[in-house]
Amino acid sequence: MAFKQVTSPHAHSAQKTSNVMQLVLLATVPGLVALTWQFGWGSIINVLLASITAVVCEAAIVHLRGRSVAFYVSDYSALVTAVLLGIALPPLAPWWVIVVGTVFSIVIAKQLYGGLGYNPFNPAMVGYVVVLISFPIQMTTWVTPLALLPEGVSHPGLIESLHIVFSGYTPADGVTGATPLDSFKHSSGLLVDQIYQRDPLFAQGIWAGAGWEWVNLGFLLGGLLLIAKRIFTWHGPVGMLGALALMSALFWDSGSSTSPGSPVMHLLSGATMLGAFFILTDPVSSAVSNRGRLIYGILIGLLVFIIRAWGNYPDAVAFAVLLANFAAPFIDNYTLPRTYGHTDRRRATEKEEG
Amino acid sequence: MSQTWVTPGGVHPPENKHQSLTQSIGVLPLPEKLVVPLNQHIGAPAIPCVEVGQKVLKGEVIAKAAGTVSIPMHAPSSGVVSAIEHRPIAHASGMLAPCIEITTDGEDRWIAHEGVDDYEHLAPRKLLEIIANAGISGMGGAGFPSAVKLNPGRQRPILTLIVNATECEPYITADDSAIRERAAEIVEGIKILSAILDHPDNIFIGIEDNKPEAIEALAPHVEGTGISVVSFPTKYPSGGEKQLIYILTGKEIPSGKLPADLGMVCINIGTTYAIKRAVVNGEPLISRVTTVTGDAVGVQRNYETLIGTPVSHLLAHSAFDEKACSRVIMGGPMMGFTLPSADVPIVKTTNCILAPSYAEIPDDEPAQPCIRCGMCAEACPVSLLPQQLFWYSQAQDHERLEAHNLFDCIECGACSYVCPSNIPLVQYYRASKSEIRKARAEKVKSDHARERFEFHKLRMEQAEREKEEKRTARREAALQASAAPSNPSSSVPSSSAADIIAAAQARAAAKQATPEQQQAQLERTIAAAEQRLIVAEQKLAEAIEKGSANQSVLSAAVENTRQKLEQAKAKLAELTA
Repeated sequence: MAFKQVTSPHAHSAQKTSNVMQLVLLATVPGLVALTWQFGWGSIINVLLASITAVVCEAAIVHLRGRSVAFYVSDYSALVTAVLLGIALPPLAPWWVIVVGTVFSIVIAKQLYGGLGYNPFNPAMVGYVVVLISFPIQMTTWVTPLALLPEGVSHPGLIESLHIVFSGYTPADGVTGATPLDSFKHSSGLLVDQIYQRDPLFAQGIWAGAGWEWVNLGFLLGGLLLIAKRIFTWHGPVGMLGALALMSALFWDSGSSTSPGSPVMHLLSGATMLGAFFILTDPVSSAVSNRGRLIYGILIGLLVFIIRAWGNYPDAVAFAVLLANFAAPFIDNYTLPRTYGHTDRRRATEKEEG
Repeated sequence: MSQTWVTPGGVHPPENKHQSLTQSIGVLPLPEKLVVPLNQHIGAPAIPCVEVGQKVLKGEVIAKAAGTVSIPMHAPSSGVVSAIEHRPIAHASGMLAPCIEITTDGEDRWIAHEGVDDYEHLAPRKLLEIIANAGISGMGGAGFPSAVKLNPGRQRPILTLIVNATECEPYITADDSAIRERAAEIVEGIKILSAILDHPDNIFIGIEDNKPEAIEALAPHVEGTGISVVSFPTKYPSGGEKQLIYILTGKEIPSGKLPADLGMVCINIGTTYAIKRAVVNGEPLISRVTTVTGDAVGVQRNYETLIGTPVSHLLAHSAFDEKACSRVIMGGPMMGFTLPSADVPIVKTTNCILAPSYAEIPDDEPAQPCIRCGMCAEACPVSLLPQQLFWYSQAQDHERLEAHNLFDCIECGACSYVCPSNIPLVQYYRASKSEIRKARAEKVKSDHARERFEFHKLRMEQAEREKEEKRTARREAALQASAAPSNPSSSVPSSSAADIIAAAQARAAAKQATPEQQQAQLERTIAAAEQRLIVAEQKLAEAIEKGSANQSVLSAAVENTRQKLEQAKAKLAELTA
């Protein structure tokens, strides 16, 4: 009798990387539903278009690299990138914005670095920043939230939305407008209270900007699900949200005309929750240890606030995450955990004495 | 109820222990042949003391201990020694090792043996001798000779005795069933240990809370003995020595140290039973409880198995279905290793033979890329970063691996267990550890060679110098004898002889004199050498003018003098620096 030789451990848990990715996809549903409810079909079209593009690109590059297409595409990682990018891009943006962003994400930011696990930067954010810088007009046009639509105007239906995306139809007047963060930034002469009273984006909202607060709560819900499922730990999200809340509280300035906005507004506006639970938690491009991820999250929170308060782009999360990606290997060098039987934490760059 | 501490990480694989606990510990028919490996323990292999063809009785010594860290081997049954040769043994590498084969005679006749009842009155040294002679090594895994472990030396008094009944590996129930059926003897074994260790302050039996029957079985026997049974939540790998010590005492064994350094000894509960049998019954360690389990065997239960029983014998009596079996594992599914064939024998550390079906343990799926999800770091019981270790293992970056404490990895497999990308992480760590060990050994070797070479060079230089000094001394003596009346400073016709003398004097003086004297001496030497240099240069200039034949000799003399001068100046500079 001769038996197969395999090294230990022989038992394995049932959780696979594709399951992890599927769970992440599932967790985006509440946020995506909120987006669709508040802003119409645009985000769904974005997500579908980005997904198709991403899978085609992934398959093509994997094929060119001489690897098994079925094996690599079935890890769902390209879909996750596509869905997150589709969510981040403005609804009803022209189709080519989405395609260019996705191609860049998958081909340049991910596969050219070696594919899943080897990309130093978050692929979705690379794609996002590329189109943001290249096509600023298309990228700064957002759909008006449900509550703010003018009398008699509604979000375009699915067919009309497809026409807008693919044939360049101009949507009806009042269907597009500024985002709360944008609007807030450009109301610098007013006290915060005045902005909240005069700007319908805030006047119609319950806690923060109309529509956006629901989207953020949706992603918060999805994120909490992922923490409960132990897909990632609390360290990164808590670091970012904590730092962002703390910074906005410190600089609140009692709501003066130069105040960068309240903690509630920052936590529930823009891509805050999407960033905290779906973008900075990308394990490949983030720091590794729990302490490292806490610091990495804090760094992103600080950068988000700095960019929102004093930067030129309101799209702070994308830039903050990419900047922190640069810092991740450095953070890793100094945040090793203390191993059993050792009195101190070590540094990754330490050399053996002697 | 004692306080317990919680280790970081850990995993909860399906326990699968109930299958083998439906029946009591069984006994197998005597196998035709028993193969006893000579090295079932950590340390030197035992030395055979029988010959092929010799008749042996059950319990007779067939191989003697080779030194302190070694144990003897005994015949597990009566019969004839039929071979002393290399055989495949239970080792992860499938290697061959020296073994003694006994063809059993079916009588199973014991050699005369006798135990001691009043071990309390025996000197610990005497008890340790009995344990050593009984061939007892740790039965939990590593197989360290127990008598050595129980004798940590007078400078390290043992205050805490920990009996490891954790049995945290899935499937294995050898300890559990032994406790259920033999609690009294086990506790007696612990009492013997207590006597050997001069009655430590604390005696704990550490056991996971998934063994309520065993805990209950121990309860009446430990009452009033000072032994406390401490149960704690089931989590793999709580049974690792370092983990168990932390769970029970809250103390960590510093990296590179032993539990004895903290006044602790940790011993497997199966070993305590063997110690009781050895001391009280006079029986050497020739059998142990082994679990036979997994869905590829029809009968899953524990057996009192003779050491040396071929695994094939166990499987044949357990309705083994080879076709249904995905692999045969010695040990558990987390740290056990696969057997190359069923011919290998059961040894003193074999707690389990696991023959899982494909449904239980399917073939490994191909590894996907590491996404650094960090689930491995969450599972690691010693707080390493397995994902980083994997990264640096692939890069063969030994410095980084050591900075990330690779050598603190206990290879429990929790990281590989949770890895969603099916990466065989532990395999990478084992490979890297051996690479680093090899590199270290080579470095030691090359350092040694370099030191030897440098010492050789130094020795040769020294010998040369000594010869030179003797030569000069002789010449000096001759010179002094011949030029005693005349003024030595004026008689400097050429540079060579006098220069050497002066230099040698300076050297000799420099060795003994005080710095001030040395400096003065050197200054004199320099002044004299300068004088001689001028003279020599003049002579050379004259010779060149005249076109005489001895130019080359003279220029060599000039060069020589100049060198001497520079040497002396350098020395002076060194001295005054």
